[in-house]
Amino acid sequence: MTQKKIRVLLAKPDLDGHDRGAKVVALALRDAGMEITYTGLHNSIDQIVNAAIQEDVDVIGLSIMTGAHLSIAKTLLHRLKRESIEDMCVIIGGVIPKQDIPKLEALGIDGVFPGGAQFDEITTSIKKMIAERGE
Amino acid sequence: MGVAKYIKNEKDAIEEVIYQSGIKVKPSYGPDDLKEVGFDYEKDLADPGQYPFTRSIHPQGYRSRAWTTRQYTGFGTPAETNGRFKMMIAHGQNGLNVAFDLPTQMGLDSDDPKAKGEVGRVGMAVDSLKDFEIAFKDIPFDRIGAGLTINANATVMLAMYQAVAKKYGYPKEKISATPQNDILKEMIGRGAWIFPVEHGVRLVGDSIEYAVKELPRCSPVSLCGYHIRESGATPAQEIGYSFEIARAYIENVVARGLKPEEFVGGFSFNLNVYGNLWEQVAKFRAARKLWAQMLKEEYGVTEPKKLFLRGLFGGGGSGLTKAQPENNIIRSSYYALAAALGGAQTTALCSFDEAFTIPTPRAALLSLRTLEILMDEVGLRDTVDPLAGSYFIETLTKQMEAKIREEMQKIKDLGGMINAVSTGAIQSEVANQAYTFEKGMQNNELIKVGVNKYAEEEEPEVELHEYNETWAEDQIASVQEVRRTRNNRDAVRCLQKLEQITRDGLNVMPCLVECCEAYATVGEMTGVFREVFGEWREPNIF
Repeated sequence: MTQKKIRVLLAKPDLDGHDRGAKVVALALRDAGMEITYTGLHNSIDQIVNAAIQEDVDVIGLSIMTGAHLSIAKTLLHRLKRESIEDMCVIIGGVIPKQDIPKLEALGIDGVFPGGAQFDEITTSIKKMIAERGE
Repeated sequence: MGVAKYIKNEKDAIEEVIYQSGIKVKPSYGPDDLKEVGFDYEKDLADPGQYPFTRSIHPQGYRSRAWTTRQYTGFGTPAETNGRFKMMIAHGQNGLNVAFDLPTQMGLDSDDPKAKGEVGRVGMAVDSLKDFEIAFKDIPFDRIGAGLTINANATVMLAMYQAVAKKYGYPKEKISATPQNDILKEMIGRGAWIFPVEHGVRLVGDSIEYAVKELPRCSPVSLCGYHIRESGATPAQEIGYSFEIARAYIENVVARGLKPEEFVGGFSFNLNVYGNLWEQVAKFRAARKLWAQMLKEEYGVTEPKKLFLRGLFGGGGSGLTKAQPENNIIRSSYYALAAALGGAQTTALCSFDEAFTIPTPRAALLSLRTLEILMDEVGLRDTVDPLAGSYFIETLTKQMEAKIREEMQKIKDLGGMINAVSTGAIQSEVANQAYTFEKGMQNNELIKVGVNKYAEEEEPEVELHEYNETWAEDQIASVQEVRRTRNNRDAVRCLQKLEQITRDGLNVMPCLVECCEAYATVGEMTGVFREVFGEWREPNIF
């Protein structure tokens, strides 16, 4: 059986324009065999959720550098629930202080990868969370 | 992030060194190397202060004047920022470099729903002239110049700076402002763009054209190879792309009937300092020469002063790490050394805690002290261009020059910088470079101390700047009061006029000054441009 390609939407929410991290991760995931859509900059949560629905992705990855990760995570998860697509995996990368990682996980974020995370670690985690969702 | 690739044998001896720009470095250099690269003292260097200015734009370098220090500063409300400005000036800083929050940079007022959570977070919130009145209170405009780190709506901030100076009794002929105002680089890295490419470039052109006539001491555009490098480009690309961006602005202004000679003196540069020390120094020296040559040979500029590559060489943010943050203090010292050996006119350093958030006062002061120690203690003012004549540095400078030319040619082959940005070709190239570096770091080909070598399990606690929610509340109350108490008829009339002028393709600057003086808000003024220009849609590079 051929495995379906994992589809990932990478997104930069709100006003911040520092997208080196998002683009680098996009290239790494693509090299790992995943299908990547990148929203580009300055997206509202609504735009991100709509893109995720339209592209029918398995994973939404947010890149956040501004310190607003907790509130963005809450808003996104709430919107996913409202659209009844809360089975979509959500991961967050960027400038995330260590003490906030358990808080994000408690909210329901499936993986947190602060700057410096290894590509292997990110791809392995994504594959694992998709496999677990599929069970 | 890595500085260079070192290929070692099993005994840990270095067999090969390759710099980021792709130059291979030999174990030793001598006179034959200079011959091989065709080095000629008069043609390639000349004395300091002489064309092509490779060695320095001034005959005596830092003897006649030390560099200007300009730490990037701004957070919370204008009042908070004014306090920090004064503290830095009291400690010897002699220029300002203003950090604006993201809503201001994106032309949104602090009470705009899209600004929520970001007001005063990564810089100072500015909504109207009232905020500049507070931020620049008691700042001597004739003595202290201000860098304004803003791009998409830099015209608005330049106008506001003129308006506040006038309010405090400084005529526009006396003020010295350097708005960043480099929208093409914003589209390649950093991302605070708003309008489509051609409209963005038109606004840059408007401010250059205006400054030539009205703001003789201002540098209306600062070409920022800095952020392009931060986004992943090599040092050669950093310079090559900056020059091709400059070309796009020059052509816009030439099309208005001005001669390059009349306005290129207002161009300055913002360049990066992290990475391999020798490569950076060679980069700055080669850049000075190429810029002077480009202006003279291609644009017929003759007055020597107009051929100077003047710049802020500093920052180095991408070189700093969250791991073992105190190491950043050491790193920044070496980055500052690269700036000094490279002949920077102005400098600033990222502070050691900036891999986390914006700096605490203590961290900002430490950066200032680092710069002061170089000038006052260890001898960087002694003699100009002290590395000149080194077989290695002169060979490397020539090689760097060739690499920069190659990068410029690639942009020309893509149909020029505006085209390269519009199609995403350049963004794609820079992203791929960033990916290559990151892979190099992850497989230990590039070394970062404390990250992939000598890493420690335990991370030390660092005191960090904390964001205060009440700043946003205060700022929102303040902008609402401005709208309530200003002469609204005046503000609306000015904004309507701005819309007409924008549509008619006339220079927006004089009217923006009127708008600022009528307390129109940043959101309203930028909103006019949004209405007329629309917003840019990024090309998809994946």
